[in-house]
Amino acid sequence: MAYSVGVDVGGTFTDVFMLDDAGGQPLTAKVPSTPEDPSIAVINGIEKVCQQNDIDPTSIRAVMHGTTVATNAVLTGNGARVGLIVTDGFRQILHLARGFVPGALSGWINFVKGKPMAELRDTVEVGGRIGADGAVVRPLDEDGVRREVAKLKASDIQSVTICLLNSYVNSEHEDRVEEIVREMMPDVSISVSSRTLPEVQEYERAITSVANAFVKPVVSRYLTNLKKGLEERTGALSLSILRSDGGLAAAQTAGEYPVNLLMSGPAGGVAGANWVARQSGFENIITFDMGGTSTDVCLIEGGEAQVRRETVVHDVVVRASSVDVRTVGAGGGSIAYVPDLTKALRVGPSSAGAVPGPAAYAKGGEDPTVTDANVVLGHLPSDARLGGDMEIRKDLAEKALTKISEPLSMSIEEAAEGVIRIVNENMFGALRLVSVEQGHDPRNFALMAFGGAGPLHANALGRLLGAWPVIVPRGPGVLCAAGDATTNLRDEAARSLIKLVDETSKEELSEAFDELTARACASLDSEGVPRDKQEVRFQVDLRYAGQSADITVTLSPEDFAKHGIEQAVGRFDELHEQMFNFRLAKAKEIVNLRVIVLGPGAEAVELSLEDGDGDITRAAIADTQIYSEGEHHPGTIYDRAKLLAGDRIEGPAIVTELDSTTVILPGSHATVDSVGNLLIRDNS
Amino acid sequence: MATLIEKNTTPWDEVEVDAVTLDVIENAIQNARVQMDAILFRTAISTIIREQRDGFPVLTDRDGQMLAGQFGSPVDGFIDNYDGDVQEGDVLLTNDPYACDGAISHLNDWLVCTPVFYNGRLLGWTAMFGHMSDISGSTAASMPVTSTDLLQEGIVIPPVKVVSKGELQQDIVRMAVRNSRTPDWNEADFYAILSACRTGAARLVEMADRFGPEVLVSAQKLLLARNREAMRELIVATMPEEKVVFEDYICDDALGYGPYKIGCEMWREGDQLIFDFARTDPQSAGCVNFLLNDRMFKMFCGQFMVNVFDPQIVLNDGYIDLIDVRIPKGSLLNPVAPAALNGRTHALGRIFDIISGLFGTANSDFLVAAGFSDSPHMMFSGFNERDDWFLMFQIGFGGIPGKPGGDGPDGHSLWPKMRNVPNEYTEAYFPIRVERFESIPDTGGPGLHRGGNGVKTEYAFLVEGKVSIHDDRWFTYPWGVKGGLPGVRSTKTLIRTDGSRETLPSKIDNVAVEPGDLLVFETWGGGGWGDPLERPYDAIAYDLESGLVTENGVGRYGVVVKADGTIDVSASDALRAKMTEERGEIEPFDFGATLDEIREKCLEETGFEPPKPPIQAPIAAAWARKQKRGSEQASGARAAG
Repeated sequence: MAYSVGVDVGGTFTDVFMLDDAGGQPLTAKVPSTPEDPSIAVINGIEKVCQQNDIDPTSIRAVMHGTTVATNAVLTGNGARVGLIVTDGFRQILHLARGFVPGALSGWINFVKGKPMAELRDTVEVGGRIGADGAVVRPLDEDGVRREVAKLKASDIQSVTICLLNSYVNSEHEDRVEEIVREMMPDVSISVSSRTLPEVQEYERAITSVANAFVKPVVSRYLTNLKKGLEERTGALSLSILRSDGGLAAAQTAGEYPVNLLMSGPAGGVAGANWVARQSGFENIITFDMGGTSTDVCLIEGGEAQVRRETVVHDVVVRASSVDVRTVGAGGGSIAYVPDLTKALRVGPSSAGAVPGPAAYAKGGEDPTVTDANVVLGHLPSDARLGGDMEIRKDLAEKALTKISEPLSMSIEEAAEGVIRIVNENMFGALRLVSVEQGHDPRNFALMAFGGAGPLHANALGRLLGAWPVIVPRGPGVLCAAGDATTNLRDEAARSLIKLVDETSKEELSEAFDELTARACASLDSEGVPRDKQEVRFQVDLRYAGQSADITVTLSPEDFAKHGIEQAVGRFDELHEQMFNFRLAKAKEIVNLRVIVLGPGAEAVELSLEDGDGDITRAAIADTQIYSEGEHHPGTIYDRAKLLAGDRIEGPAIVTELDSTTVILPGSHATVDSVGNLLIRDNS
Repeated sequence: MATLIEKNTTPWDEVEVDAVTLDVIENAIQNARVQMDAILFRTAISTIIREQRDGFPVLTDRDGQMLAGQFGSPVDGFIDNYDGDVQEGDVLLTNDPYACDGAISHLNDWLVCTPVFYNGRLLGWTAMFGHMSDISGSTAASMPVTSTDLLQEGIVIPPVKVVSKGELQQDIVRMAVRNSRTPDWNEADFYAILSACRTGAARLVEMADRFGPEVLVSAQKLLLARNREAMRELIVATMPEEKVVFEDYICDDALGYGPYKIGCEMWREGDQLIFDFARTDPQSAGCVNFLLNDRMFKMFCGQFMVNVFDPQIVLNDGYIDLIDVRIPKGSLLNPVAPAALNGRTHALGRIFDIISGLFGTANSDFLVAAGFSDSPHMMFSGFNERDDWFLMFQIGFGGIPGKPGGDGPDGHSLWPKMRNVPNEYTEAYFPIRVERFESIPDTGGPGLHRGGNGVKTEYAFLVEGKVSIHDDRWFTYPWGVKGGLPGVRSTKTLIRTDGSRETLPSKIDNVAVEPGDLLVFETWGGGGWGDPLERPYDAIAYDLESGLVTENGVGRYGVVVKADGTIDVSASDALRAKMTEERGEIEPFDFGATLDEIREKCLEETGFEPPKPPIQAPIAAAWARKQKRGSEQASGARAAG
């Protein structure tokens, strides 16, 4: 017997999802998270699932893990003190950034700029210069390097980043500086920009490398502790970390380039959603993960999530591939208010957070939140329990909502419905961003809702988008852990090659792809994945010569062998027209080449749920009133745990489970499919 | 006036729109605007649009009132001045500022306007303008500082239908694009703008599908009305009835005249706010004229006010009748055609300093220091190593002013959306090496909240070519407020391979450069806000340690530094007490010096003779004579009658 385990660490709970290599239904467990050291909850969860199912921990073969350790280090500013070494004349590279001021005209009046991730006092310049063509214009001033590194050494620097101009074409100066740093500061971790991100644009390369350096010590420490703690119980195992791009990487590689882990958490949700959707037979879905303070959305087409070449964490934007998850800063805790000046109803951006939280949670919150609006409308039943023991007080929610209903001269229910419609409109904007704006018609996609608040809003969003059915998986909390456990090993290697297509020979490309393939396969090789189980894909980023943004086109090694990149170039024209309504009779330019290698995923596990007799009264908990489109409707509350395959629930209805509540609106209905997903559709 | 042809001429019914639907529609319109931006920046090719993001979208109602955008609506000026008919499937193009009341302010900006129809009836407009890198004219980048009329600045495209009843007019695109040194860029950028406008139009139609066209049209009216009411309250609550005056300057016009005064009086009558620019100097014979579109000016005022009081507001054109802007014809801000306009960026930027000065005088909540109120242009052209002609054009940034909420950032953009150009991008595409890119210590005006530092960029040229520059504030100072001191002025120095140094004027065309020459391009710092003698020591220590102020520079904060580079607190306390006493009363504004003093020291401090006082330009003089003759004839006729 051998088991693989997926673990997802959330803000409140840590979920564990365990698969028997021999097949069978997955085993799950839920334990409270331990934010002070997240690895404790990971180990607790694994112990719990083993105990509950009488499994010997040493039979665990592999642990796959999505982690927010890197993300939190950035969000809280709790990373390493980073020393930055740059080319003479560019000391203020992070300080000046791209000179961008957010907001509208005169927005600068309210703009307060934070300190850079590597501070100016810790940034040093070294002489020597590489030209844009890669030639050495001035040799590296090694004495100067030693002098400057000595300064860094005298400060309390924990991590060093080297980012020299034009190192993306020629890294010899960076490599030499690295040698000197390694010799003079043997104990610090080092990030070299030409390896972290071998791409043009010095600020983007610097911030990406600095972010890497900033989180590296924290992530390494965490991964080392986790592996040690696990192996004390399980014996030797393979620990893999889910990267932002949705692929798994061995813990050691992941620790070397932790900037690739900044979206590890959301990537787990996307992977899990993909896995569950496939079980229900859907390959095209849009995910909708709404939590307390923010909401993530992502588009999956043909079973593959869109990946973009950028990761955004709060105000830090780095160039690292991540599943194209768009985040809206609105969730259940977003506060609604009515400004005096306009008497408009606004929702967010401020949030009640976990403390004091929504008014209905009776933890001292007094401002009306989205959650309070859901309580008033009967969407979130006031006798439901969140996380088992949290009380929901409708009277407090109503009281809070008078803060907006009075200035708007509306009833409390009308105001609450207004809050929901406005927050839904924000969500709709984000959902359009990943669909319509990328040239995808949302009507060809199903909408999968998870997260604490996702299933409350999903039916309404399905209507706005025309995306049907709305899928609500069982135990949406465990979804991320399921994603961790069921995704593939993956690695990629990329390089910049800015060159016109017409001036590039097939031989040149072939050589480059070979070299990238060797690099990308290395980590899977070392994980013991045989080459015939490694799926290799080539990608080329193309644009019309001079454009700033490129479009990624994927091709198989076989296609490339047969046609070179000719077909990819034709596909680029098509994609450009699909996305932007025009194509140009202009030279095309290659920007980057990339090779992606995928290992085999977990063996297919078939989820299943017992068939019901069609009589759903077995699951009914209580009658209730649900407010929708200006009216109260009588409806029923159901217990998700008692629903069986084939059941059909007519809206209006509420389905509750441990960590989530689903609303089925009047005019819609839900069916329970053979794997236990709720599929909501409009009656018409 | 354009003739509107609708297949269905029934007016839209006004229907009730509930408050929440109204807010939902406001969000949807705002989202459409954001999407127009996203498409432009992804598909445009020129540096100025793709990297620096000089392009601005707007969505309007059927009368051309802006619902979402940045610079006010260009559409109504366009409708007023266009002679032809407008019908479904048309898209209009122009770059002529005189044909749209200055909604675009120089020929480089190409404006595309798309009427949006729904079942045969006009629903609204989408429009966008973007900066084309070159549109012919006498210098590369089409902004000759020595031009004396509009026709020297490039092709003038009167309002034309570039798409007619759904058919793209290829001939017009070919003609427009042929008149450029960068035809490929212009073509791609034009299609990018067109694509963005079409996307905005598609979103408006979808909104009509979703909410019902009557609801959408009624909501547009309500959104305008709601904004008007908010601004009305703001104006009445914050603006005085007594007149306030503020004056600032454009340093010179590249023809040796200057400084040009921009002077404005502001007062409130009831809920109307009046701006009278009668004190402004006459138009220039050169390129620094700025045809100030009154809607744009009103939008600037509105944005400034809401950013102080409620930044969440999505501004629209609803309140424009509450502001009355009076600008005398023949002045720098309302030049007689065909006055040259390409250097309007200086007056356009300076308008923000005027607004700060007026509002800050009226109500000290609004008071911020003089900003980086310009867009310094650096242009370099020639033949590269592959013997292909190239044009590098970039806009520099400087110091953001000190403000009530904190320091002005160093070397950032005062304009929304814009970004600097990555130096590796510049080096990869143009025969130039950037040897230094940093903010200059001590150039931001000291203050409780200091002004941002200006930027120093050192360009080493790798081939021979020609350099042109547009900048300002080399003569007058970026002023400080509430005790804050002025920022340091701009300079440009050319260092030849033999080591000789040459100071360049801030506005100049076609300076020949050789491989190895180095241009040191320094922009100016923002003014300081509040008393620098009250700036906390730890903030000064941070700036010192970061190299953003120097040990020399801290003296102006009343700070004494010990041998180890740290602050000597007791010596500083004593120095501050002494300086406070000697300084006396704090004035609201510190302009650095009087104009006479600046003139007197000009040669010594800047290396240039002071500019001569402005004189009437020939175009304006001819117009004035004609006006005079006309009125004499009229009064003669009256006398005779």
